[in-house]
Parts: sequence; C-alpha cells; structure tokens
Amino acid sequence: MTPLFQVQSASVQFGPVCALADCSMRIAAGERLALIGSNGSGKSTLLRLLHGLLKPSTGSVSADPSARQAMLFQRPYMLRTTVQNNIALSLWLRGTDWRQARQDALVALERVGLPDLAGRNAKALSGGQQQRVALARAWACKPAVVLLDEPTSSLDPTAKREVERLMREFADSGMSLIFSSHNLGQVKRLASRVVYLEHGRIVADLPTHDFFNGPLPAAAENFLKGELG
Amino acid sequence: MNTFTDSLTTAFSLITSLDSTLAGIVVRSLAVSATACVLASGLGLLLGAWLGVSRFKGRGAVLALLNTALALPSVVVGLVVYLLLSRSGPLGFLGWLFSFKAMVLAQTVLVLPVVTALVRQTIEDADRSHGEQFVSLGASRFIRSLILLWDERYALLTVLIAAFGRAISEVGAVMVVGGNIDGFTRVMTTSIALETSKGDLPLALALGVVLLAVVLLLNVVIGLLRRWREALGDHPAERVVPAT
Repeated sequence: MTPLFQVQSASVQFGPVCALADCSMRIAAGERLALIGSNGSGKSTLLRLLHGLLKPSTGSVSADPSARQAMLFQRPYMLRTTVQNNIALSLWLRGTDWRQARQDALVALERVGLPDLAGRNAKALSGGQQQRVALARAWACKPAVVLLDEPTSSLDPTAKREVERLMREFADSGMSLIFSSHNLGQVKRLASRVVYLEHGRIVADLPTHDFFNGPLPAAAENFLKGELG
Repeated sequence: MNTFTDSLTTAFSLITSLDSTLAGIVVRSLAVSATACVLASGLGLLLGAWLGVSRFKGRGAVLALLNTALALPSVVVGLVVYLLLSRSGPLGFLGWLFSFKAMVLAQTVLVLPVVTALVRQTIEDADRSHGEQFVSLGASRFIRSLILLWDERYALLTVLIAAFGRAISEVGAVMVVGGNIDGFTRVMTTSIALETSKGDLPLALALGVVLLAVVLLLNVVIGLLRRWREALGDHPAERVVPAT
C-alpha cells in the first residue's frame, strides 16, 4: 500500500541554520501522528516539508498524489471578508464553481458548529472561532490528511477543547492527522504515534503508548520529565 | 503684512465667489492628477503586486531602480517626457506636447514608481506574513498576488491617495510639458508660480489655499479610512509570522 508520506534522509537548511537534519520516516493512511519537541526543534519545518511548502535541501519527500492535503496554521489567516467567503475561496482555488463553493462553505460551517457566523467579518472573530473556521475550511476540501501546526497553542481552554473535539471527529471519519503540539495531554488523547524531535533530528518515533510508558532515549526522557514534572 | 492679509482676504473672496478663472484652473488640476493617478494605479497595482510575490534573478537591482525612481525630480520627468513628445522625439507623431494629455503622461510617469514601490512593499510584507497559507490553499503565484492585492485594499487606498497628493502638488513636470498655457494647460501649481512672479498674490494665494485644502482633504480621508478599518476589527499592525 502506498504510504501517505515517505521521507528519506531529508534535511532543511535556512542559511547557516539546520532546521531539519537527516530525517527519515514513513506515514501511512489513517495514522494520527503527533510531532513534539521544544521550540525550534523542527516540528513546523517538518510539517511544512510534508505539505510541500518547503523543499528539502538534501534527501527526498514523496507524498501520495491521490491523497488530498489540507494544513492548519497556528494562527490561521482570515481574509478581510465574510466567514463564508473565506471558506468558499479555498474551494474555488481547488476548482469548485464559486456559487457551489459558497453553498459548500455553509455545509462546512454547520460541520464545525458555526453556521451563524457565515455572514460575519472573519477578521473580527476570536482566535478560537478563527481556528474552527480554519478547520471548516480544511474539512470543506475533503482532505485525506490534515496537517496541523500547534492548532490549539494560543487558545483558551474552552476553544482548545472544541478544536480538539473536531480533530478527533475528523480522525474518526477516516482522515489522517499529523499535528505538532506542546500539550502532552492532547498528544495522549489524540495521537496513535509520537515523533519526538530535537535540534532538527528525530530522536524517538514510537506508538503513543510506548512513548509514554516505555524506555526512551535520554533526550526524550528529559523532555518528558520536564513537561510532566 | 498688510499685503499678506489683503491678499488673503481677496483670495477668500475669489474662492467664495467661485471665480471662473480660479475654478477652471482647479478643475483642470484635479482632472489631470486624477487621470494620471487612475492610469498609474492600474499599472502600478499589478506591477507592484507581481514584484511583491515574485522572485527572479536581478530582482534586487529592479527594486533598487524602483526605489531610486521614487525620488525622481519632477522637472527631470518633465524633461524626459518633453524629449519623447517633441516633434523630433519618438512619440512626436502623437502631437501631445503642450496639451492635457502630455501633462497626464508626465504625472503618470512621475506617480507610477510611487504606486509600484509602495504596493510592492505592502504586498511583499503580506506575502511574507501569510502568503504561505494561500499556497497551502492551492493559490498560484499570480492568484496569490491578486488575493493579497484585494485583501490589502484599505492599505492600498492610502497608497493611492498619497500618489494623488504627489501628483497634484508637483509643478516641474506639468510646467515643462504643458507650457502653462492660459485656459488650456494652466494648473494650480504652475499658476501659483506664474502669478507669484507677476506679483498677483491674491490669485496665487487663493490657489495655494485650494491646494492646501485638497491635501488636507486627502489626509482627512486617510484618517477616516484608518478609523473605519479599526472599527471593522481589522488591525493592520497585527502580522502573523510563520513559524520555522
């Protein structure tokens, strides 16, 4: 079976800074993969690399061309227009007729529980609402895999729970999830596999249960102690 | 001092009585600068947006030239356009010299770098901040530049108003290519220069007051736009920096 992603000895260099070093991994359809690590460890770079926003300086990344992707950013950008138009634009960019795109946008808003916000200025929404609109925007495109870059890091607990609930529902409906997070509780609740990165290198790549219960490399062990202790 | 206050009084009476000479000059000035701004904006918005999102070899040199063009002296622009439009020049066949069209062309050339450079900066900042998200949504470079152009429309309105301010207040280019012909190519700035040299201070002052009023009005419009944006919950200073 074709993997969703196949990364082989990929490195990403930003000038003198090595953001990702010699990473290799294979991600299968249906996985819920969490990327964890401290700030600057390479989580966002790896997500952007998988999504095709970055090219590897060395090595290779291949993605299943039949698997449609969507990405959610830590602070999703909303255009200066209505919520409905924001979602419709993403569909229009993928080839849907504008009138149909606007109708599909309403369905997507229903899906995330925000149908009443359709006519509101997207810029004026709260961070939590914007993240849910971004989830609707991603869901509307019917992706096979959703990549999320710290989707709940700047949200209050209520909004965090709501976004997490939607992520779980998306995963339960068959979408693959690849997300970065600093919230280990969230990782335990959502992920089936955990990848720990440090200084751009993959230090541990284990099923969630093994990551939190089994023996780990010293660097990952220290990170867990620091976060949980 | 008496001369100044007398001139100012006469100037205000010329304005309030809607003096036909004064009105003709003001309307012509506004028409020349507005037409030039529309033309420069049409081209400058597209060119600036394209420069904002594109990356190519020699882009740095193009931007350096563009930024240099921001400081183009208006008389130099006037001189170049004059040479182009003169009978022996490459555009001499148009027969535009000393006409409304020549003044529009000169001001378009003058304002185009202003619009292009400021639009380029605005779009490039926006693209650096969140262009990646549009790429993620599947937008091509061209579509991205159009989306950003539309999304930054309030900021760009300020650019266009600033460009109009530059056009309406310049004197060198229209003087050289228009010739300051009474009732034909005389505009506010050239008229002020002429009337001052003739010693007709009331008309020069009246035109100066109108010119100042136009610039003041532009500033008021910019201020209102800013407040309107804030009222919409749109905070232009808030930028999202992509994580690395």
